[in-house]
Amino acid sequence: MSQMRQNGEHVDALGELLPPLTKNEAVVEAARCLMCYDAPCTHACPTHIDIPKFIKKISTDNLRGSARTILESNLLGATCARVCPVQELCEGACVLGAEHKPIAIGRLQRHAMDAIAGKEASVVPRAPATGKKVAVIGAGPAGLSCAGELARRGHSVTLFEKRDLAGGLSTYGIIGLREPIDVAIAEAGMIAALGVTVEQGRELGANLTLGELQASFGAVFLSVGLGSTPALAIAGEEHILDGLEYIEGSKLDAAGLKIGRNVVVIGAGNTAIDCATIAKRLGADTVTMVYRRTDKEMTAYAHEYDFIKREGVGFSFLTQPVRVLVENGVVRALECVRMRLGTADASGRPSPQPVAGSEFLLTTDQIVKAIGQEKPALAPPVKLKTDKGFIHVDANFETSLPGVYSGGDCIRARGAASTVMAVQDGKLAAWSIHERLMANG
Amino acid sequence: MADLKINFAGIQSPNPFWLASAPPSNTGMQVHRAFEAGWGGAVWKTIGAPVLNVSNRYGAWHFGGQKMLAINNVELISDRPLEVNLGEIAEVKRDWPDRAVIVSAMVESRKETWHDIIRKIQDTGADGIELNYGCPHGMSERGMGSAVGQVPEYCEQITGWVMEIAKMPVIVKLTPNISDIVMPARAAVAARANAVSLINTLNSIISVDLDTLEITPNIGGKGGHGGYAGPAVKPIALNMLAALGRDPVVGGSNLPISGMGGISTWSDAAEFLLLGASSLQVCTAVMHYGFRIIEDLCDGLSNWMDEKGFATISDVVGKSLHRVSDFNQFDLSFKAVARIDQEKCIRCNLCYVACNDTAHQCIDLIAKDGEVVQPNSYDVRANGKEEAVSSRPRVQVREEDCVGCRLCYNVCPVEDCIHMVEEPSGRSSVTWGQLSESRREVTEDWEKMKKYREEMGIKIH
Repeated sequence: MSQMRQNGEHVDALGELLPPLTKNEAVVEAARCLMCYDAPCTHACPTHIDIPKFIKKISTDNLRGSARTILESNLLGATCARVCPVQELCEGACVLGAEHKPIAIGRLQRHAMDAIAGKEASVVPRAPATGKKVAVIGAGPAGLSCAGELARRGHSVTLFEKRDLAGGLSTYGIIGLREPIDVAIAEAGMIAALGVTVEQGRELGANLTLGELQASFGAVFLSVGLGSTPALAIAGEEHILDGLEYIEGSKLDAAGLKIGRNVVVIGAGNTAIDCATIAKRLGADTVTMVYRRTDKEMTAYAHEYDFIKREGVGFSFLTQPVRVLVENGVVRALECVRMRLGTADASGRPSPQPVAGSEFLLTTDQIVKAIGQEKPALAPPVKLKTDKGFIHVDANFETSLPGVYSGGDCIRARGAASTVMAVQDGKLAAWSIHERLMANG
Repeated sequence: MADLKINFAGIQSPNPFWLASAPPSNTGMQVHRAFEAGWGGAVWKTIGAPVLNVSNRYGAWHFGGQKMLAINNVELISDRPLEVNLGEIAEVKRDWPDRAVIVSAMVESRKETWHDIIRKIQDTGADGIELNYGCPHGMSERGMGSAVGQVPEYCEQITGWVMEIAKMPVIVKLTPNISDIVMPARAAVAARANAVSLINTLNSIISVDLDTLEITPNIGGKGGHGGYAGPAVKPIALNMLAALGRDPVVGGSNLPISGMGGISTWSDAAEFLLLGASSLQVCTAVMHYGFRIIEDLCDGLSNWMDEKGFATISDVVGKSLHRVSDFNQFDLSFKAVARIDQEKCIRCNLCYVACNDTAHQCIDLIAKDGEVVQPNSYDVRANGKEEAVSSRPRVQVREEDCVGCRLCYNVCPVEDCIHMVEEPSGRSSVTWGQLSESRREVTEDWEKMKKYREEMGIKIH
């Protein structure tokens, strides 16, 4: 492992990519906003933040009011300002986008949220205590959103989190280039400041049972996220690093993260791109992304693909790993086979078929896989109805167990999952839970 | 190439653009550089009574990220010794014989004092004199500037003194801080002045500092009204300019008018010419961007004149003046309605909200299926740009209900998207003035008005 690098000198390379807007930049950009009525950006935002309203408040130098407007619809405004794929959402719908430059909505939102950093809870109005109790399992975006929305309605919320830090993927799974860990941790702190009790080290199935929660709380919200990275089922897989752990390492201790000289990343989604970015920015000589289909089928957003190409990362498309070649416990190469695209599979994408006799070696000393996550591990033991392995919920986000609700990635049976969608799930579920609790007197 | 030369009351200038009497024409060195840049003339910063200045002097109004839509100032007339100014004026005129050098003056309201300053100015060889009856701050407290311009009798008397001995063209500069700008202009005509210029700055307090609660600009904890100028005052200046041109006494005298007040671009300049100005003065735009703006002022004006077939400035002067009229002369049967170009529309809905909230509720949101829909009617689970963009309704004017107010046209951010289309009203032309004479009862009694409307088929929304 001697050729692996320690990365002290590169750690800054994973600092937030976009600098904050200066006051003048923000005011000028805000002034560009036309203030559309019934605006398409607000429509496109999964949490329907009143975007023209918060932008207008930036232009009038009412940053406190601007941040309050954001938090009104989305308690995780600071995270969403940074991680949202705005090109697909608000900015993608901006009426100025067709022939001009859309308003930099994400960066303006960050400007407003930064202005009240540490004081967020003070701008969120709270209802008097109702005496109702709700348990929320999992302190990722959906859980934080649900907990915060319930707390501001006066309910007593306990948020159970299995890990040391709250924030879920915002804390552990999103590259610091997009969201520094401090932002995610501070945001979780804001939810606590709204009156939510956070209990760390509490995991459903380990030291917590659904039965005891149902007995002591008026409602339960499950926001447990997804499982671990699935197996490739190839020889030498134990030498392949897990993509989410790779990102986690870069966020918690970038200086201590070992980076190979020639890194191979398996997968072509947004997490794979984050892994490739980390490797490249922390000092790898070459980084190659390996994907069994082509760039037309890859699940990463178009803007992420553009970004990673500019980072100088290489691609090996139509390539499937076959086995890891290891010498004396050290990774030497990844053996792959060429693929060709066949007929469309269940996902609508052409299914790749191996080309016989086309095996070849990719020289590498570090392999990272980022090929999605397993379905939530929770469903079967707690006997919840599932939908393709994801927790089934009705239109009110209630599961097959009355009083038990769920939201976030663990219910996302269809389509792409995202932070902002999880936030909206948490918010809508909170509305349903609130209605249930208040109806029950 | 259009000929931009002017002859203004006998003052020759290679183009109609002069620096207004203000900080940009404070010194010989500045005027020299302005002439190098191409300015046709300069009205020297006012000389006259002894003064001392203060700091801070300038406040500004910024809006929507645009700096200096207007400036205000409490700077006085020149604080440099009279002899220094007179020496530099003579020197600049000697060096630039083809440019217009006009000297603005303001002294105490005594005949001998005025005679003395006029003689000194005439000795410099300058081309003309501008009598500053406009300065709204500081000098007015001492009985000068707008204190003169606001009283037509003073204006006439002092102009009369000046005209007794003037051997060069005399321009009377008017203050807009008056209820009727025509009155002091008539006084200038009566005193046989050679020209007038307008507008000087407006009284203003530009802002209050919300941190310190001080007035802007802050002068040792105090502040007060200062002269307001820049792009924001242009419409006021145009109205006052037209008022002079339309007045039988002032307009009828054919007194040349030097126009100013917010001229920043060649198109502003063209508008002043069209409403009767035959020379143009500029200050705030120069204070914002420097002398170099003269290039586009001349170039743009010349190109526009070529396009329109105007060969000389005098071809342009006053060309729109006959269109300025009074409400009771407008045709009540003229009808225009708004029409939205669906190809150009970007669906910002600004016309919709403006019409619906504040005008006449005649724009509808129409969904793909042709149904009228209400705003904000999407599901809370809506997610992403595709749905937001593809389901966005179009905006459409119900023309039968449109009163032609033109608000939508004004708020639309897209060029050439909303058109005000002239439609036949089916009624013969009639003005309020005519109606007042022919059917006086209709203009005085709501019941009669109601019958008249029914008779004529006039619907009110």
